[in-house]
Amino acid sequence: MTGNLTLTDVTRHFGDTTAVDRASLSIAPGQFVGVIGRSGAGKSTLLRLVNRLVDPSSGSISFDGVEVTALRGRALRAWRRDCAMIFQQFNLVDRLDVLTNVLVGRLSEHGFLGSMAMRFSDEERAMAIRALDRLDLVPQALQRAGTLSGGQQQRVAIARALVQNPKIMLADEPIASLDPANATRVMDGLRHINREDGLTVLVNLHTLDTARAYCDRIVAMRAGRVMFDGTAAQLTDDVVRDIYGLEGLAEFDEAVTSTAARATGRVAIPA
Amino acid sequence: MTATDHFAGDAAAGSGDRIDRFEADFADRRRRARLGWLIGSAVFLVIFALTSWIGDFFKITQVTMPDGGREWRWIIPAGLPRLGEYIEQTLPALSWDTLGADLGNWFWRWRIWLELLFETILIAYCATVLGVIGGFLLSFPAARNLAPNEWIRWITRRYLEIARTVPELVWALIFVFCFSVGPLAGVLAIGMHATGALGKLYSEVNENIDMRPLEGVKAAGGTWFDQIRYGAVPQVLPNIISYTLLRFEINVRASSIIGYVGAGGLGQEFRTAMSFQEYTDLSALFIIIFVTVMVIDYGSEKLRHRVIGMETRT
Repeated sequence: MTGNLTLTDVTRHFGDTTAVDRASLSIAPGQFVGVIGRSGAGKSTLLRLVNRLVDPSSGSISFDGVEVTALRGRALRAWRRDCAMIFQQFNLVDRLDVLTNVLVGRLSEHGFLGSMAMRFSDEERAMAIRALDRLDLVPQALQRAGTLSGGQQQRVAIARALVQNPKIMLADEPIASLDPANATRVMDGLRHINREDGLTVLVNLHTLDTARAYCDRIVAMRAGRVMFDGTAAQLTDDVVRDIYGLEGLAEFDEAVTSTAARATGRVAIPA
Repeated sequence: MTATDHFAGDAAAGSGDRIDRFEADFADRRRRARLGWLIGSAVFLVIFALTSWIGDFFKITQVTMPDGGREWRWIIPAGLPRLGEYIEQTLPALSWDTLGADLGNWFWRWRIWLELLFETILIAYCATVLGVIGGFLLSFPAARNLAPNEWIRWITRRYLEIARTVPELVWALIFVFCFSVGPLAGVLAIGMHATGALGKLYSEVNENIDMRPLEGVKAAGGTWFDQIRYGAVPQVLPNIISYTLLRFEINVRASSIIGYVGAGGLGQEFRTAMSFQEYTDLSALFIIIFVTVMVIDYGSEKLRHRVIGMETRT
């Protein structure tokens, strides 16, 4: 089957630290893959390497037989269009309206002048509106992006990613800045895209229960290395302790890492 | 029981030591701060004394006294009265009975002056437009966080430095030599200086923007230009408008003097007046420029506050 994303011995150094250390992965099309690990484990860098926001120090990344690390100029921009990315902080342009923010996803196919004049075709606008409609955001289309709530902004970011017509969706901690209800909506949105459009989704998460709930496959990183690669069921307590470096802790409660509303019940929420 | 007793009762014996050490550290820091302040003031005073001495501030000069005798006096009190003399010479004799005629006499060249004032404002406007275009375009490659590479940044920064370091009057001299006497030289001179000044200000605004929107555009496959257009420009626009209006005020002032070297505008009248020793013309011109600059300052300030106000509301 075509559309395999393959990472082979990918390494990235930042000065003396090694953010990603000989990571190898092969991701089949249509998979929903969660990447977990403690802060600084290299999850974010791994995703940025795939989208080439960060260049690898060594190793190879290929998609569909094409060597991604060798791409330059127009081909590189086309690759970034093919693997859309959404971010923890949404990375929208606050002072532009929602519609224009979504249309940014079409820029890779625009010439210089059309792009500078912010000219988009009617088909592109229709496409953007359809994407916004899938995420229940049509009423906000002409509002400034900065006036929306965090959850709405993240859904705008997903709509922007959708109009890129990507083959892969990368999501870097998409729900880390959101409250539980919005987090659920965003994760559900990603799941719909994965199921309906058959897009590969590669998502960084720091909450184990979300990873278990949504991902077909979980990859765990520690100190830049891939420590675990398997299904949620294979992710036992011992493995979790190993990933998070909790050997010293006698008892580890998975729910503590959760952001989901149902998780603990210990936090009293004032009415 | 007092609070101190309460703490003493609670804490172990170590607490007293820790507080003593803090007191010692604190006293030490205060001593060092005082010493730094003393040295700083001493250095400042020495440099100030030195520069004012070199600048003839303390010069003792010979002055002619009213009775005809010559005496040695400190230059400041000796020279100050002459300022009054000068101002007195530039002021016309106005009397209440013939006020209309006197004013007419004072502003006798009002037709020419009004025309030149119009030219002055046009020069300032045109130069501001040139400066905004140049400064805006160059401010992005000149910003540390946005420059595509070190070389481009280095070159644009040096260009902006040269453009703003050379004063408008010097640019005007050069352009008058190139393009002959007239407003074109003035427009180019002020435009050049404004490019340098605005480019620097704009690039500093650029350096303070949030980079995440640009990363979002980049991740969607946008070029460097797309990142600037969609990520940076919307963020910096209000500041750019504000700085531009401020620059227009400055340019009006500059263009009213630039004619002194033949680059168009009211400035040429200063030269004429001085060479013909028409001192009252100088005060008339001064009043015209003063009123114009005041009106433009007021207008652009209103506009700027409106722009800023719009920003905070939304």
